[in-house]
Parts: sequence; C-alpha cells; structure tokens
Amino acid sequence: MLTKLTGGKLYDPAHGVDGEIRDIYIRDGRIINKPLDGKVTTEIDLRGKIVMAGAIDMHTHIGGGKVNIARMMLPEDHAQDVITRTELMRSGCGHAAPSTLTAGYRYAEMGYTAGFEPAILPINARQAHMEMHDTPIIDKGGYAMLGSDDFLLRMMASNDDQQAINNYVAWTLTHSQAIGIKVVNPGGINAFKFNQRKLDLDEKNKFYGVTPREILLRLARAVKELGIPHPLHVHGCNLGVPGNLNTTIDTMEGIEGLPMHMTHIQFHSYGTEGDFKFSSGSAQIAEVINKHKNITADVGQILFGQTVTASGDSMRQHAAHPHAHPKKWVSMDIECDAGCGVLPFKYKDQSYVNALQWMIGLETFLMVDDPWRVFLTTDHPNGAPFTSYPHLIKLLMDKTFRNDVLSTLHPEAQKASHLGSLDREYSLYEIAIMTRAGAARLVGLADRGHLGAGGAADITVYTDHADREIMFSSPDYVFKDGRIVVKDGHLIDVTWGTTHVVKPEYDNSIEKELKPYFDRYHTQKMGNFKISDDEIVDDGRGSLTVQPLHEGGPI
Amino acid sequence: MTEMTKPGIWQDVPSPFCGIASDDLLIKVEELTVSIVENGDDITRKGFETPITDVSPRIKGKDVSLDKAISHITHLLRDSKQPVISGMATDLNGARSAMALADKSRATIDNMDSAASMRNILVLQDTGYMVTTLTEVRNRVDLLVVIGSDIEASYPRFFERMVWNKESMFDQDLTSREVVYLGKAPSGDMSTSPQGKKAQVFTCDDAELPEVMSVLRALVNGKEIQAEQVGGIAVSDLTVLAGKLSKAVYSVVAWDAGDLKFNHAEVTVQTLCEMVKDLNLETRSSGLPLGGKDGSITANQVSAWQSGYPMRTNFNRGYPDYDPSLSDTKRMLDNDEVDTLVWLSSYNIDRTPPTSNAKTIVLGRSGMTFEQEPEVFIPVGTPGIDHVGRTFRCDGVVSIPLRKLRDSGLPSTFDVLTAVEKAL
Repeated sequence: MLTKLTGGKLYDPAHGVDGEIRDIYIRDGRIINKPLDGKVTTEIDLRGKIVMAGAIDMHTHIGGGKVNIARMMLPEDHAQDVITRTELMRSGCGHAAPSTLTAGYRYAEMGYTAGFEPAILPINARQAHMEMHDTPIIDKGGYAMLGSDDFLLRMMASNDDQQAINNYVAWTLTHSQAIGIKVVNPGGINAFKFNQRKLDLDEKNKFYGVTPREILLRLARAVKELGIPHPLHVHGCNLGVPGNLNTTIDTMEGIEGLPMHMTHIQFHSYGTEGDFKFSSGSAQIAEVINKHKNITADVGQILFGQTVTASGDSMRQHAAHPHAHPKKWVSMDIECDAGCGVLPFKYKDQSYVNALQWMIGLETFLMVDDPWRVFLTTDHPNGAPFTSYPHLIKLLMDKTFRNDVLSTLHPEAQKASHLGSLDREYSLYEIAIMTRAGAARLVGLADRGHLGAGGAADITVYTDHADREIMFSSPDYVFKDGRIVVKDGHLIDVTWGTTHVVKPEYDNSIEKELKPYFDRYHTQKMGNFKISDDEIVDDGRGSLTVQPLHEGGPI
Repeated sequence: MTEMTKPGIWQDVPSPFCGIASDDLLIKVEELTVSIVENGDDITRKGFETPITDVSPRIKGKDVSLDKAISHITHLLRDSKQPVISGMATDLNGARSAMALADKSRATIDNMDSAASMRNILVLQDTGYMVTTLTEVRNRVDLLVVIGSDIEASYPRFFERMVWNKESMFDQDLTSREVVYLGKAPSGDMSTSPQGKKAQVFTCDDAELPEVMSVLRALVNGKEIQAEQVGGIAVSDLTVLAGKLSKAVYSVVAWDAGDLKFNHAEVTVQTLCEMVKDLNLETRSSGLPLGGKDGSITANQVSAWQSGYPMRTNFNRGYPDYDPSLSDTKRMLDNDEVDTLVWLSSYNIDRTPPTSNAKTIVLGRSGMTFEQEPEVFIPVGTPGIDHVGRTFRCDGVVSIPLRKLRDSGLPSTFDVLTAVEKAL
C-alpha cells in the first residue's frame, strides 16, 4: 500500500517548510521519501489545499478523576449537547465535560491527532489511562503530578540528595506510565490539608518546612538530569489571585535557567492596578518569557460562556468556590498524594474581570515573540472547551475580527487593555508551529508533529478559507497513522491511538524505601500502585510508544 | 504486586468484595478451591471462598453450550422493546462491555445499589461536596463522626486499616483519635481503640436523622437552638459535638449511603456535606462516603466517562438520557415496563435479580440459586479470581488491578457481552 498526497501546500515548521507545494508519500502508516520503486495504490489530489501535520493539544484535561467528577456533576450541561449513536460512533455527550468517546471524535474532526492529560495524580493514574483508553482516534499521554506528595516532601525535609529524588521522580513517572512531570501549586495542595490557605513561592509548608521554590528547583533539576524531554510542567502558586504576576515572574526568573513550562499562564498574569484592583500583567510576563529561552508557556485562553474548571489545585479551587456557577462544587484531599477541585464556571463578557482575562490571554499570545515557546490552549475545559480552538485561531489570525469582538466587551476592561493596539496576526506557519511542530518538540514526540520521512502519517488537510474559524473547524481530510479518519469534516473511520511515554533510567533500589513506606502509611501496596504495560494494551486496542530521551546527566 | 510466592500461595491480593479494597490478603489456591490464609474477614472470606458449582450455561433450566446461550441472548435483545441491563456487579471491562451493549441495544443501564449511590450522586449534582480518601483518613483523622451507619458490619476492616493503624505520616498521637456515632449504634467493638477507649454513641431513629443532622449543622454554624432535645438526643450533647468538629484539625464525617434507608435520604447527605463545607471556612474537615461493593463505583465511573452520566441512564432514543427516578430497575420491573432484563452479578451469589415478568438473563457467579429460574443463566468468572480485572474502591479515586488466581474456564462478563454485542 502506497498512498500519494499530491500537490498540497505544506506548512511543516519542523523542516522549515512554509507553504511550499509538495507531494507526500505514505506507507504502513508512516511518511516516506518518494520511493524509487513501488506503485502508488491510492492518490489523493490536494492541489490548492493546505497541509499540516495532525495538531497536538499539549494540555487538555481529557481523563482522570476530576474530569469524571465534572462529567458526573453536570447533567444539565450535557443535556444541551447529547450525541446520538451512528453506525460508526457511540453515543455520548459534548460541551464542557464531554464523554471520552465524543472527545476523541471531536478532536479528530478538528484535525487534532494527539492530546495530553496534564494532571495525572500518580495514585489515580490507572483511572486516567482507563479513560484515555476509551478516547478514540487521538494519541494520548500525560504528565504525572508531584510536588504535594508526602514522599517527595519528606525526602526534601530530610535533605536527601538530588540523585535520590531523581530516582523517585523516574520511578513515579515509569509506574504511572507518563511522559512528563507536572507540579500544581507546588506544595500548596499539601499545605491546604494542614489548613494553610495560601502558599507563596518562599513560604514554608507548616509540616515539612519546604517552600514551593525549593520544590520547583528539585523537580526541574530531576527532569533535566533524567533526560525527560518535556520540561517541568508548572501550574504556579496563587492561581487567579490579583497581583500574582510578581510570583509568576519570580518563578520564571528563579528557576536558574532550567527548562520549565508555565502552564495556563493567563491565570497567573494578574496585577492590582486600577479601580477594580485587577489589571493585566501580560506585558511584563511576555517580556520575561522573551528574555528567558529556558521558559515555555501555554496560555489557557478563556472564552465566554459556561464551562467547568477541574484542577489539581484544591487550595485555589476551594478559595474560588463562591464563584461557582451553577452553585455546586467539589473539593477533594487525595491519598496524601494530591487533591482536586471541580467547579462549574461561567465567563461573562460583561464582567470586568472575565473580559480582562480574555484580553490578557490574547495579549500574551501576541506579545510572546517566539511561537516555538508559546502554545495554544484553553486549559480545556477550564478556560473554555477545546471545541473553541478554531474560534481562538481566528482571534489570533484576524485582527479585525479580534478588535470587533473586543469592542463588545466590558468598557472599563477595554480601557485597561492595550490589546486593540496590537497589530500582530499569526500566520499559518506560526499556527503550525504552536499546534504541531512546537507542541511535538515540547512534549518530546520524535515522530509526530511533522511531515518528514519517518514521521507518523498524522496529517490534516484544510481548505484555505479566509474565515479561519471555518477553515480550522472542518478539515477536508484527517489521516491518523496513514488511515483517513475524517473526510469533509466528518468522521468516516474510528481508530485507536497509542499512549506515548518515556522510560528514563534510574536506580530501582528506591523500592527498598518505597515498599515499606507503602506498607506503613498507605492503603494500597506498592506493587498494586504500579500500572503494568499490559494494562495500557488492555483488550488489545491500546499500545505504548516509548519516546526517546534527551541526554541527561548531573548538572 | 499480587504475586505467587510459592505454588498456590498468592500474596498482596486485593479484594474486589469489601469496598475498601484491602490488598494485603494472603490466599491459597488448590485446584479450584480458594481460601484466605491471612487478613480475611467475613465479607472477603465469602467473596474468595464461595465454591464453583455449576459451570454450564442454561436456557430455561436446561444445560446448553455457551454459543447457544449467547445466540439466545442476542435474539432476546433483538426482539426487545425495552431492555434493561442492571446489576452491573462486574469489573472495568465488564462495565465497558455493558455500556457498549446498552448503547447498541438501546437499553436502560442501572446498578443493583443505585438506590444507595444516588443518595450521594444527587448531592454531587445539586451542591457538591468536600470529601477525602482512605489514606488521608489513615494518616490525618483526629475526629471520626459516623452518620446513620454501622460501618463495621459492612466494612469489617475499616477501623483496623484506617483508624487504629499503628503509625501515621504526621507523628499524630493515634490514641487521641475520637470516634462518635450519630444515628445508629455500632454492631460491635471495632471502633473501640486498642487502649480501650470506646466510641461515643448518640442514637436516634432513621426517621429522626434528617432533623438531628440539621440541628448539628445549625450548631456548627453557631445558631441558637430552642429545643432541648431532637430525636431523643440532647441538644447539649450535639452542642458538644459541634464544638469538637469546630476544634478538630482534620475531622472526617463518614456515612454509608446504603444504610440510610429512608425516603429522600439524599437531603440528609446534603445537610451533612454542607456542614463539612461550613467547617472548612475555618478548619479542615472532610466527608467520606463509604460504598463501592459489588462494582457500584466502577459502574458509575465507567458510565460517566463513556456517556457523561452515571447509572440510571437509558439509550432508548439513541443517545444517553439520564433519569434517576424513571430509570430505576425495580420501579420499571414492578411497573411491567421491561421485557428483557440482563442482570450482571459476578461477585456475590446472593445478589440475584428481582423477580419480575421480564425475560431475565443472568450473567452470575457460579453457585447462584434462583427463586425464579431465569430464561438464560451463564455462570461467569469472578474478577480477581477467575480472570484479571480492575475495580474502584469506595472513594472513587483508587482502583486496583485484579489478578487471575485459578483457571476455572468460566467466561468473563466482558467475553459474553462483547460476543452478544458483536452478534447483535
């Protein structure tokens, strides 16, 4: 089987290809160079079409305990978007907290071929993988959450050496079958259990005497030394708190040049200027990102309407509970490991704060110079459901449209933002960097996000429509591992993607400490905590793809 | 990990039967006979040690091949106007296959313990809650208040594992832990500390519990109560309890919704959960819903991620349609709304389907006896004994991997339902 995609206009930033007419050859699910022999079995005419690799969502809450709490608590939200079964597709529901099946179908229909769950609690990782296993078509993977777990904080309190911490980090990542390490409100989730209600960067946890800054440095160093390609994924301190921009800047500048990814940075870019004591800090934040090449960020854009926020940050979610809409919310302490908070939320365009949040997100996109270091997310579903990405792309690519929307928002918020004066419009090449090449590089996917030989044939084909929302809503074709899964915006085939992981090397003697630790304090045995490769393969539909490591070693 | 340490001896075996997923069991397997060597209790012993009796599928009481039984189920579902897939006492993959079949056959899906779990789910969907998990309880609880429930009768090892453990992560003086019962008295002494400190017990009738709970919440919030007693409990005693809750560093308020058998008990659960939220304005406190036996948490979890809704969802119209009242199996059967009932019960031979006029298909544990012989009976394997599996424990966070301990040849629920779905 040799498939030829003929004459499409390619945007493949991984290879510096910016809108060149080229043919693509696919064999056995992979992109290959033009073969010297071999008959083309299928040829698809893509002349006049735009061709990119399949898009990659590097931060999307698609699986795990808190997402499922969100689903279970929102029957009224699902009722507005129920999905009827077809010959091809299972029934389900969409909008804010879609069913796993619907999420997979809808991602594919938007040209996305991979999504990464950013907050896998190690103790709940089994569930996250169960849900992702039931998410069709797209590839998946996730980042294991550390930083509020007792074992790490205990090691830090007793000043264990970095090597020991590296072993623990690698052990956790390996046995929760993850591809990266995430930290959420470093130490703060834990501190909340000791009734601390906030934890600044240099504030000590009551019990361990450890600060968030120390946690970040230890974990960022572990990630770097272990050669884990994805930088430490950081949901910082003080999410949503006016004035948090100073903490965010301090976090970025204080990481000593280690690779660090700041997630949903929009929620961490707030000042306290003006009558409302709430202002945009995006200019300062963007300046720091531009200056520090070790820093990457995704935005966590908010868009107006009803959604639900699901976060590991129980401390901040609890503090936000008076804003729940409708008025219901969940907060959980989890296994001396982590926590979570789930609250439905409605972003209103006539709210000063919400309107300014919208502006802050867009300002960040437009003021970070390097599209390889900023990523397109809504922190699904926290800022908005992922189905709003085409709308967001239009806001970035079309200044007139952006300013038209801006002019309808809360007037005081408009005055507090200089968004209207930003002329930048993202190009297709830059969108392809943010959503494909850059995302693959950031997550550490060697064979995804590009259109070169050896890459997986995850390919999205669009019609070059002037309305970018229409264009990105409805691709002409989506290929997943070489199979056509979407044609003319509609699903025509259902496949099951792989789970991407990394397997760093480490000293397994860490289990000599962990086994008795589990026996003494936990309610599950160490051995039963571990997720085997067989569990990922499961009924045969799943598979594991081990991505290559970077060069690690002691700093 | 669960592993065989010497021939026939398995260690660290997790229990899918007890709701709290104790996974320190030592188990002996000789041919098809399973026995617990260490760390058993009444619930897990019955769970693991129930012998295999019948192995052949039956149609109308007559032995048939598995293929024949599957084909008969397929015909029944094809002809059915209102099928219900209920019981749902199965593992992860059993639940997945039941969901796939419900979707395809346009069935209603329900769990045998939905009456209990809905008392919590309705609260989640109306106001939410602050809850905790077992390891947090084990390491942090300083005051355990049990509402309307007899924990040790249903979860015999709860106190041993979560309250009277030998040490905690945070150097707490474990002898200072306090236990208070409100509503029911405990059936035994498990809540008594190893040093002999007994739980405080304030009993009232189930019917009085809603009022008692409301008064306790009011007292926690500093409201003045004119009455001197409520449900036979002195308000002064409740005032002291409210004070303890406010002073506690990490109180845990536990309940087993299965024990709250009175009308609209969800409102009492809601009062309890709102009280926990109130306490958290100043100190830390958490709810702890117990439950999760016979796969009920697993069923609700899988249903929620695959359809968006928990149990009691019907697919009659081709899409999930959740109705916690109308889609109640028992109500539907009593009302003769069901023509075909598929009953999944792979853990406990006593959990047989309700009698009804519906044609009943049972995928049940070997050894079941029926008041009314079902149209089809297929003895299926028990997850964690006859085949591998995964199941959630009561807190809905931790799930455990289940191992195959013997080779009984019994098909899994997943095997049978998947074959039916493919044939349909």
